[in-house]
Amino acid sequence: MSKAPVDYLLQLADNAVVLGQRNAEWCGHGPILEEDIALANVSLDLIGQARLLYQLAAARIGGDATEDKLAYFRDPAEFRNYTLVELPNHGALVGYAAADMDYATTIVRNFLYSALMALQWEALANSADEELAAIAAKSLKETRYHLHHAADWVVRFGDGTEESHRRAQAALDHLYRYTEEFWTPSATEDAAVAAGVAVDVRSLRAGWDALLAETLADATLVRPEVRGYVPEGKHGLHSEHLSYLLGEMQSLARAHPGATW
Amino acid sequence: MNTPALKDWPLWEVFVRSKQGLEHKHCGSLHAADAAQALHMARDVYTRRQEGVSIWVVPSSQITASNPDDKGELFDPASDKIYRHPTFYEIPDEVGHM
Repeated sequence: MSKAPVDYLLQLADNAVVLGQRNAEWCGHGPILEEDIALANVSLDLIGQARLLYQLAAARIGGDATEDKLAYFRDPAEFRNYTLVELPNHGALVGYAAADMDYATTIVRNFLYSALMALQWEALANSADEELAAIAAKSLKETRYHLHHAADWVVRFGDGTEESHRRAQAALDHLYRYTEEFWTPSATEDAAVAAGVAVDVRSLRAGWDALLAETLADATLVRPEVRGYVPEGKHGLHSEHLSYLLGEMQSLARAHPGATW
Repeated sequence: MNTPALKDWPLWEVFVRSKQGLEHKHCGSLHAADAAQALHMARDVYTRRQEGVSIWVVPSSQITASNPDDKGELFDPASDKIYRHPTFYEIPDEVGHM
């Protein structure tokens, strides 16, 4: 059986765990109770995906590697997630007080990411790495729902009130440039393609563009121009925000290593 | 939680069918802007623990309810008519769930 490189599994896992942690910040603070629960569900799906991937990676690393060590005892520079998923739930150029979290930013980010992952998991469900393919098949169903949920809100915000349209467009203007990272393969991604366990991510771009075009048209939102900036989160070069996110996420496990409850 | 949405969004009653062959049962209510969104939210609020295979949502305003004050005249007269219960029949095993 072909096996995906460990670094490739970690890239998939890190994206899921970091975005799951970001979405979880809304837990108890959602705009309404029903949506609070919906977003917590998305978050738990993502953390569940990350767990499966970390478990698989740990098994392949061998020795004393565990899913918890991979999630809680690696430092920011070792994380391979896209910069997009670590950005705060805030609009551009605002403070980061909890009260200033912006739901449009959260929703537009989930939309951009889940549109990619719906295509990525679909491709990986046919991976020659059978264990990765099984995780992909499970994640695909969850991710299609996340895409549905986010796209529904993108349309409601974009085609809603003047204020909701303004915020949705601002979130898209802020976040869209970070998606350039999706389409610039890393050495790890190239290795996974060469090993026959992944598709070249660039082959997914037309499908992603079509998903965006349909929803953004319904939402009366305008796709911004990109100006050549390519983030490098998946190379371990992160924004300042990942350190704070991991600081919070990892503090308990590091204060009480090996704790169980 | 902000409250404006709760004021503006109608209430929906949620019915979930737990498995094939059994009827939809009322399991609660929620606020949503429209029917499509109510279905989504019902999925997230009421089927998180594998409770359902099918969901109905109905605008609460469309339900006409009996008046609690009429309870006596509506329901008490049935209490001494036990012959209306089908408990005097033996149900063959092949019939299964009724």
